[in-house]
Amino acid sequence: MTKNKTISSHRISSEDVDQLKDISGVNVYACYQCGNCSSACPAVEFMDISPHQVIRMVQLGFIDELVKSETPWICAACITCTVKCPRGVDIARVMEGLRQLVLRSDFEHGNLCDIDEKLRKKLPQIALIGNFRKTIL
Amino acid sequence: MKKIGVFVCHCGINIASTVDIPKLVEDLKNYPGVAYIQDYKYMCSEPGQTLVKEKIKSEKLDAVVVAACSPTLHENTFRMAVQTVDMNPYNCEIANIREQCSWVHKNITEATEKAKRIIKSVVEKALLDEDLEPVKVPVTRKALVLGGGIAGIQSALSIANSGYDVILVERQSSIGGRMAQLSETFPTLDCSQCILTPKMVDAGQHENIRLMTYSELADISGFVGNFKVKIKQKAKYVDWDKCTGCGLCIEKCPKKVPSEFDQGLGKRKAVYTPFPQAVPNKPVIDCENCTYFITGKCRLCEKVCPFDAINFDETESFIEEEVGAIVVATGYDVYPVLNMSEYGGGKIPDVIDGLTFERILSASGPSGGEVRRPSDGKIPKEIVFIKCVGSRDPENHYPYCSKICCMYTTKHAMLYKHRVHDGQPYIFYMDVRAGGKGYEEFYQRAQEDDKVVFLRGKVSKVYQDDDKVVVCGIDTLSGSNVEIRADMVVLAMAIRPSKGIEELAQLLKISIDQNGFLTEAHPKLRPVESLSAGIYLAGCAQAPKDIPDTVAQATATAAMVLNLFSREYLLHEPIITGVDEELCSGCGLCIAVCPYDARKTNREKGVVEVNEILCEACGACAAACPSGAAQQRNFTDTQLSNMVKAILAE
Amino acid sequence: MQLSYYPGCTLKTDAKNFEKSALAVLKHLGVSVDELEDWYCCGVCFSQTRDNLMQQIAPVRTLVKAKESGNRQLLALCTMCYNTLKRSIEFIKDDAEKLETIHQFMDLETTQFYGNEVDVVDILTLIKQIGLEKLKKSIVKTDAGLKIASYYGCMLLRPKEIAIDSPDDPVIMEEILASAGCENVYFPFRTECCGSYQIVNEPEIVKDRTRKIVGSAVKNGADLMVMLCPLCYFNLDEIQQDIQKEDKSFQTIPVLYITQLLALLMGLKPDIHDFSLHSIDPRPVLKMKGLL
Repeated sequence: MTKNKTISSHRISSEDVDQLKDISGVNVYACYQCGNCSSACPAVEFMDISPHQVIRMVQLGFIDELVKSETPWICAACITCTVKCPRGVDIARVMEGLRQLVLRSDFEHGNLCDIDEKLRKKLPQIALIGNFRKTIL
Repeated sequence: MKKIGVFVCHCGINIASTVDIPKLVEDLKNYPGVAYIQDYKYMCSEPGQTLVKEKIKSEKLDAVVVAACSPTLHENTFRMAVQTVDMNPYNCEIANIREQCSWVHKNITEATEKAKRIIKSVVEKALLDEDLEPVKVPVTRKALVLGGGIAGIQSALSIANSGYDVILVERQSSIGGRMAQLSETFPTLDCSQCILTPKMVDAGQHENIRLMTYSELADISGFVGNFKVKIKQKAKYVDWDKCTGCGLCIEKCPKKVPSEFDQGLGKRKAVYTPFPQAVPNKPVIDCENCTYFITGKCRLCEKVCPFDAINFDETESFIEEEVGAIVVATGYDVYPVLNMSEYGGGKIPDVIDGLTFERILSASGPSGGEVRRPSDGKIPKEIVFIKCVGSRDPENHYPYCSKICCMYTTKHAMLYKHRVHDGQPYIFYMDVRAGGKGYEEFYQRAQEDDKVVFLRGKVSKVYQDDDKVVVCGIDTLSGSNVEIRADMVVLAMAIRPSKGIEELAQLLKISIDQNGFLTEAHPKLRPVESLSAGIYLAGCAQAPKDIPDTVAQATATAAMVLNLFSREYLLHEPIITGVDEELCSGCGLCIAVCPYDARKTNREKGVVEVNEILCEACGACAAACPSGAAQQRNFTDTQLSNMVKAILAE
Repeated sequence: MQLSYYPGCTLKTDAKNFEKSALAVLKHLGVSVDELEDWYCCGVCFSQTRDNLMQQIAPVRTLVKAKESGNRQLLALCTMCYNTLKRSIEFIKDDAEKLETIHQFMDLETTQFYGNEVDVVDILTLIKQIGLEKLKKSIVKTDAGLKIASYYGCMLLRPKEIAIDSPDDPVIMEEILASAGCENVYFPFRTECCGSYQIVNEPEIVKDRTRKIVGSAVKNGADLMVMLCPLCYFNLDEIQQDIQKEDKSFQTIPVLYITQLLALLMGLKPDIHDFSLHSIDPRPVLKMKGLL
């Protein structure tokens, strides 16, 4: 995360932000940064940007930084953040939106065969499907 | 035909930019009834009003139509103005061509045409308007105050000190309310009971205040200046006329139950006074927990009472009174911890609410002012305070801010640190709201002098682990999740209006808002009146507030009551619906539709009669009446029909 | 009571134990289920986008099959299938525009689904519908003295619109187990996520979660842990072994599907359980408590 940021109306109303809004359907401006989502997130320790910080950055229009971060790929889609939010902001959908911004773009998806064979044989199918849908291999 | 003067206001550009006023004036010049027409930039200004007055005199006008903004704003202004030149105010009408025309349309041609029709219709009304005199209503100069907390006490004292009688009704056996439960008050850290009890004593001994504790309002009828109230005095089982408050019965009573005053932490007896400085300092018997009432045995209190004051045969009684004004000051309850499942849902003994912590801090509390935790009495060394619990949470609890928690939590942390020198208090917050006088400085003191650690973020989970309470929260300022293994957790729970407020509001016919608080007449300009004339609001029953604001509001409420009492009589709008006895057949349809119970059948005459004071001029009876006997003054069927014709005419 | 049953991919393979024990328990309680003919992937994981209806087609097709079966209720054992199907219904029902688009893609189907024709039910709610008294009467091993930690995971409790119980403080599993004569162990991590599909790419996350969840259950004195989701099962069961290899002090706890436990308590034939599918062998504890 950069420490010096230039904020402008151009950024806040950019195409990226609109696209994210269309995909997720979430109004991020309801967020008052209480941090409950990050506090409850089971995977936050492994994320470079915490969930509440992600929402903050969407509010300020820094989508380009968000799509480069690890966070959407660490998210396990457990929806705890959404359930904990006192303002009804669906953070889980915002994470999904960020994932889709990458997955729908010109992007090299990984190969199933890259997964270790022994593990692949053991894994229940839902783990593999969830992985394809939500993460990058 | 009456001579009507029409005055068209530009209202700056509010009307003039959408309505072609010169054309309007030109087109209306020759309308039948319009003896004079003129436009002006701001009719409500002094020169504007002067213009109207001059033209009434010079053109010998019989009635005036001011085409301007909504009558809710300036009808009174113009009516008062025409009165000064001896025109009856009910011959002054407002044609609303702003809110109902220029502000809601864009097309100038269409808007001008609409304005024309509106003005024509009001001219038609004015042509048949009669001179009316307001109805005089007598006033009973006695007030009823519901609620004996600081708001009720202050209101009662202010009214009583002006020489009027007050009945102060309180549900508990003593007045004092929530303020009596507090330890110290911010920002001065005054002992709460020390500053409250002088006022309590004052109220208890005041010659103009009749104190009715252990009582509730049972019924009410009437209207402003003339209420009839029925107050239920609950059965105390102790004759307070004989009782001296010696306390022997309390000492000897064998039955102990959790004390409500101590939030369940301490104990009281079945015969009890809630706290030592109670006013009146006389006990009541709690019949739900008294051994005699449950098993039929004991009656020890009766045996030991030297004054023969115990009376197990006492029943509840009702007292009827007439009052002119009612003040609702019923105060607040704390939103229960059991609603917070993420914080243990009330099952963790060391997770308590702020009011319970006040009792722990209080020198007269269950631990004598020593900070000890409920589970094992240990002194907590790591204590966590969580703010905004149940407040500012539209998704799961309440959307509003409870206003007082930022300050009292800071106070709690400071008082804790003053008593437990090696303890560490933490406060989880989202914002700090310290707007009152001296509040910001108080908050700074907590940070600098008392080293209270403020963590900015919410707490997502609290659970018990061995003898610690684990708090999982976040500090967004440093960007990290934080976990604290605390000894005790204090939650700043949301403030809720007192239990029973909905039933009381229904009884009084006043409204409550979507959060349960009593609705004021206007949020900015009329904060202490309800929408029902004669019923006033004070304290947290209207909205969460701290003690200075409560006292200020209660004093303002008293001022409104004194305003009511200062008049010889009240004036009631005369545009009521009368009864033409020649046409009335006594069918009673109008009585069925009247929401104010203003109409009654006169059996001897065989007609319906209206109580002019109760009638609120809603017009329902006039619409229901099949014979036209019910006509609303200055809103007769003929007038309304002429107005409609004027609007629809080609 | 007659209902349709949707197995889903994992129940026929890695989670055979769940299916076999659940169907046996239901049969014993007098409920038989009709497995859907011609079923496909349920469409997991539920797509959280608002603008892509493509990913609703799989769940809707499943629901079409359920509607064609003629039964009002559809049992989805796997909690991920339950979550996906239920959320799909909430997403499309009463939305004419979405339904029209979806039906266009399903022109080969003879039936159209509109949202209100099928109720998707999970096994816990179904057992409660059958009746806790009935369950209590069917228990034969009444003095096993078991301390059970019930682990809920995410899919049954989140989001709020499809939750079967309170997301913070659910009691449905505990109620069922109490009727079955077990002592419930409440531990603070019962509703926390296990790490889900991150097991593939970020197994450290799952290890971290498993440590916390299992550690908490063990600390509070549980003999066994029960759950319903095949992925949670894999994560918690398999990973415990990996953790123990790295850290000998880590105490493991056997993990079972709740229906396996109920089947054992009801005294049903033990050959419906394939204990080789368990990483942490539950047989020692079960034998000790007289269930095997």
